[in-house]
Amino acid sequence: MAAVPKSIRTSARIVAAALVVIAQATAADTPRRVVSLVPATTEMLFAMGAGTIIAGVSSYDHYPPEVETLPKLGGLLDPNVERVLALKPDLAIVYSTQTELRQQLARAGIPVFPYVHRGLPDITTMIRSLGTRVGFGAQAGALADGIERRLGDIRARVAGRPRPKTLLVFGRQEGTLQDIDASGGYGFLHDMLDIAGGADAVGDIRRESVQMSTEMILARAPDVIIELHYGASLTPTRMESERHVWDTLGSIPAVRNGRVYLVLGNEYVVPGPRVAAATERLARLLHPDAFK
Amino acid sequence: MTIGGFGALAFLACLLAPLVGSTTIHLSRVFDRSIPFADNVDAQIFFVARLPRVLAAALVGSGLAVAGVVFQALLRNPLASPDTLGVSAGAALGAMLAITFHADFSLLSVSAVPLASFAGSLGALAIVYGLSAARRRGQSTMVLLLAGVTLTALLSAVVRFVQYLADFTETFQTVRWLMGSLDVAGYGPILAAAVPMAVAFVGFATLPRVLDLMSLGTEAAAARGVDVTRAERVALVSASLSTGAAVSLGGPVAFVGIIVPHLVRLIVGADHRLVLPASALFGAAFLIGCDLVARTALAPVELPVGIVTAIIGGPFFLWLLFRKA
Repeated sequence: MAAVPKSIRTSARIVAAALVVIAQATAADTPRRVVSLVPATTEMLFAMGAGTIIAGVSSYDHYPPEVETLPKLGGLLDPNVERVLALKPDLAIVYSTQTELRQQLARAGIPVFPYVHRGLPDITTMIRSLGTRVGFGAQAGALADGIERRLGDIRARVAGRPRPKTLLVFGRQEGTLQDIDASGGYGFLHDMLDIAGGADAVGDIRRESVQMSTEMILARAPDVIIELHYGASLTPTRMESERHVWDTLGSIPAVRNGRVYLVLGNEYVVPGPRVAAATERLARLLHPDAFK
Repeated sequence: MTIGGFGALAFLACLLAPLVGSTTIHLSRVFDRSIPFADNVDAQIFFVARLPRVLAAALVGSGLAVAGVVFQALLRNPLASPDTLGVSAGAALGAMLAITFHADFSLLSVSAVPLASFAGSLGALAIVYGLSAARRRGQSTMVLLLAGVTLTALLSAVVRFVQYLADFTETFQTVRWLMGSLDVAGYGPILAAAVPMAVAFVGFATLPRVLDLMSLGTEAAAARGVDVTRAERVALVSASLSTGAAVSLGGPVAFVGIIVPHLVRLIVGADHRLVLPASALFGAAFLIGCDLVARTALAPVELPVGIVTAIIGGPFFLWLLFRKA
């Protein structure tokens, strides 16, 4: 003991005391009642095992099924501040762009966790930082690692295969080829398509969504068309008739070779922990041989 | 002859517009019969993408322009337009409901959204017609105008309510529809819209002299032997049918119904025997031209045509208006 100078022992004590203070502060700060106004963060919390601390969710939350029994608090454009406050949350996860709501929550003394999303890499970054914030750091880390590993596996499976020129459609007026919106050169859907081994048919257009004209679709001549459908579940006959809407454009390789696929599922509008499974679905459509 | 000039303009627009687009195609390939149509990209671009679009623009443009002329004369109000009596709002409500609730029906290859929007416009027409029929003649114009404005406000509120209930992917689709688009990708929707449009134009054909007399006031018109009530109804039903058909085909393309009639009147004067056909022809040419700008200005992406009609039409109209003054 005598070999250790007194000054070092003193500093060690100070450091130890500081650590205890930090740990206590963190413990006191660990939220117990969280409201998540973002469907993606709700899914993240459930997936990391923090579902029990959620006190309320957004009106657009539909997954996992447990959310149906939780209070619905409005959405991006119409958050219900009164209901949020009434739940007495100790943390509110809101979109970073909801400036007014953030100010109101700050005035009410409710800590806010701002949600930021630009592209697919943000999903695992968000899972980790959210996990740390709510005291589920280890679980969140494991979840994020798992997603990244699975995405890496998909990328490896399709590596070296020819990348079919793919049009990823996320909106179309039902029964017609009108009002078609496709994923453009950046964003979560574009990133998923890239990992799944598809070449984005409109990847050169640096927009998240591209309004597609019939002429542009014909001129781009995609090898594969993948159409995402959400919300109302389409019956198999309805899916089939919607697929045949594309038959008008017979010169497109995707139509000629029967490679127009309809994919049903709202995981394509929620950039959350289901991203790996969703990407794999795309990859299986684009490269069926790679998954045999 | 002025009408001849407008006719030539519309004809040239129909002829030249399909030749231009965001991609380069070769006419020699378009009409090359040795290549099967299914493999001929140039022919598909010409016949599936461009030609229907130009025809749709012609139909929508002339339908809205003539409806505008008739509404302005009928209501004796220069600010009246195809939107004034709630017909467009009714069409929008029909389309919103079909999109939001994923309506699954079709008729003669026309899908749910255009059908529902046409039904919505007929519903709005029925309300306006019922209201006007309940009024004594002579008083009807002002009341009709007020009723139309109120109905538009009411239906627009219901549209917003339906949008509010919708999921955001559906809301996105409804916003797209509200921007208007002439990219119909085929001839089925055009033929379907052409039927009510033709009925409307038969009605319009009976109107020029009556509208001239009615612009002097209903009393004066009645004194000269016009059956005012009957004329008003023919005008109302024809203009509404034509608006409904146009909106169900192309969405609510803004501005055509108000600006084209005034532009034409500045050129040909107030005689409806000239204004009606000239508006039909110029409306067609104007919307074909605007759609050409919409699909080429920012190629390969497109602008919603409703933005172009207002951005090109607005300053042009102001220039015409103040050049005279």
